[in-house]
Amino acid sequence: MAPYLKLDHVDKSFTRGSQTTEVLKDINLSIEKGEYVSIIGHSGCGKSTMLNIVAGLTTATIGGVLLEGREVNSPGPDRAVVFQNHSLLPWLTVYDNVRLGVDKVFGKTKSRAERHQWTMHNLDLVQMGHAKDRRPSEVSGGMKQRVGIARALAMEPKVLLLDEPFGALDALTRAHLQDSVMALHQKLGNTIIMITHDVDEAVLLSDRIVMMTNGPSARIGEILDVPLPRPRKRLELASNATYLKCRQRVLEFLYERHRFVEAA
Amino acid sequence: MAMPASKSDAVIAMPQGAASASAVSSPVVTLTPPKRMTEPGKYAKNMREIAARVIPPLVVITLFLVIWELLCRKTGATLPPPSKVISDTKELILHPFFDNGGIDKGLFWHLSASLQRVALGYSLAALVGVGLGTLIGQSIWAMRGLDPIFQVLRTIPPLAWLPLALAAFRDGQPSAIFVIFITSIWPIIINTAVGIRNIPQDYRNVAAVVRLNPIEFFTKIMIPSAAPYIFTGLRIGIGLSWLAIIAAEMLIGGVGIGFFIWDAWNSSHMSEIILALFYVGIIGFILDRMIALLASVVTRGTATN
Repeated sequence: MAPYLKLDHVDKSFTRGSQTTEVLKDINLSIEKGEYVSIIGHSGCGKSTMLNIVAGLTTATIGGVLLEGREVNSPGPDRAVVFQNHSLLPWLTVYDNVRLGVDKVFGKTKSRAERHQWTMHNLDLVQMGHAKDRRPSEVSGGMKQRVGIARALAMEPKVLLLDEPFGALDALTRAHLQDSVMALHQKLGNTIIMITHDVDEAVLLSDRIVMMTNGPSARIGEILDVPLPRPRKRLELASNATYLKCRQRVLEFLYERHRFVEAA
Repeated sequence: MAMPASKSDAVIAMPQGAASASAVSSPVVTLTPPKRMTEPGKYAKNMREIAARVIPPLVVITLFLVIWELLCRKTGATLPPPSKVISDTKELILHPFFDNGGIDKGLFWHLSASLQRVALGYSLAALVGVGLGTLIGQSIWAMRGLDPIFQVLRTIPPLAWLPLALAAFRDGQPSAIFVIFITSIWPIIINTAVGIRNIPQDYRNVAAVVRLNPIEFFTKIMIPSAAPYIFTGLRIGIGLSWLAIIAAEMLIGGVGIGFFIWDAWNSSHMSEIILALFYVGIIGFILDRMIALLASVVTRGTATN
């Protein structure tokens, strides 16, 4: 059976003038429906580029992305992105930011009232219904990211793409939001690809962790299965042997075999 | 000289407030808990804040008028002192609405004629300017093609266009409007283009993921995102068009505050010129404030992330 989402021999190189930099080299990855996959690697390894290729915001130089057997090469709501810096439109209220996507995706299939309900439903999913009339500048960083998630979820994407969604948040807010995303994944069964550079986050949330080698010409170094049962509880996992073993594996990969040379 | 005057004025303006505030403030700092702001104290504070804003300009204006009066009172002075300006132009100030036909009209009609020309020329400039600015902000080829031409054209002084306009339109009215248009359009084009070019990639990505069509992208992303820049251009533009209309009207004649000034000069009515300048300044200020107000209403929430 063909996989739900497939990155097929993806190469990406950027050309500036006469200089060509190869960012990604021969990326092959298959993701099943409902799977939560994290991509981890040092900065500059092209993980964001990889996500952008799946999102269609960047096109692959060679190879391509297949979603349900069909090639995708332009952005669309079936691969909604939660951006690192939330990217809410500051002139729209929280509600209107979500509604913008809802109106575009369901403009023809849902009535006005249904679209309103669907928008509110998604805001309630991320516990932001109470702040629907506020503007992004009037809510906290964590709340902005919640709205960003609601906006993406409201488009009913086939694949949800998270680009370091918790990177800009403080540790406590981050943990809280990770729990929310885990609960949402449990409840809705979305297929999720998440970029991260946080080892604990990757192990806690993912079914599989894709570890990238350092760029240029980054490849997939190793793919680790995280055989932890769901629902997962942060506190219980802290002493769980499987959790610690997975964590150890990722740490070894990142800090022993593929140390980030420039940072040293 | 200014300091003592302002001090005494302040005390005269609110003797009670100043006295009570100073009596309260010195021991209070160490002793009383935060809720010390009693009603009279609050009143005195408000009064003091208002006084601090109102008194300095009043002092400066008074000083200016006094110096002007002293300088121009002497025999042989070429310009009238303020007292003479007021007595000379009493009729004009008190009766702005008279209309004896021709150009013998009240100041209201002159100003209104000028404002109408500005309104027309400026609105055209705003429409065309935002349109062209969007084009060269969005398309690299349009920018490469048009930007060099714009950079040269925008340095041409407004009045240099007037003879050409008169030749083309063969009439004063459209020529004046054209001069306003051509003067105020450049900052609008350039600022709009910068605003469009500075739309964050994030917003473009959002638009791409949601699949906004070009029209939706224009109205929902471009215009709101570039609004602060656009309004900067519009504000510079309105100032320039008010500058240009006075000069243009001096040359084309007819009803208008510019020609009123020129006419007063030809009849050696210096007081009337000074009164007209005062009105021109006030209206220019109001126009600028109107656009600023519009900007703050339209762009609320846009500037911050």
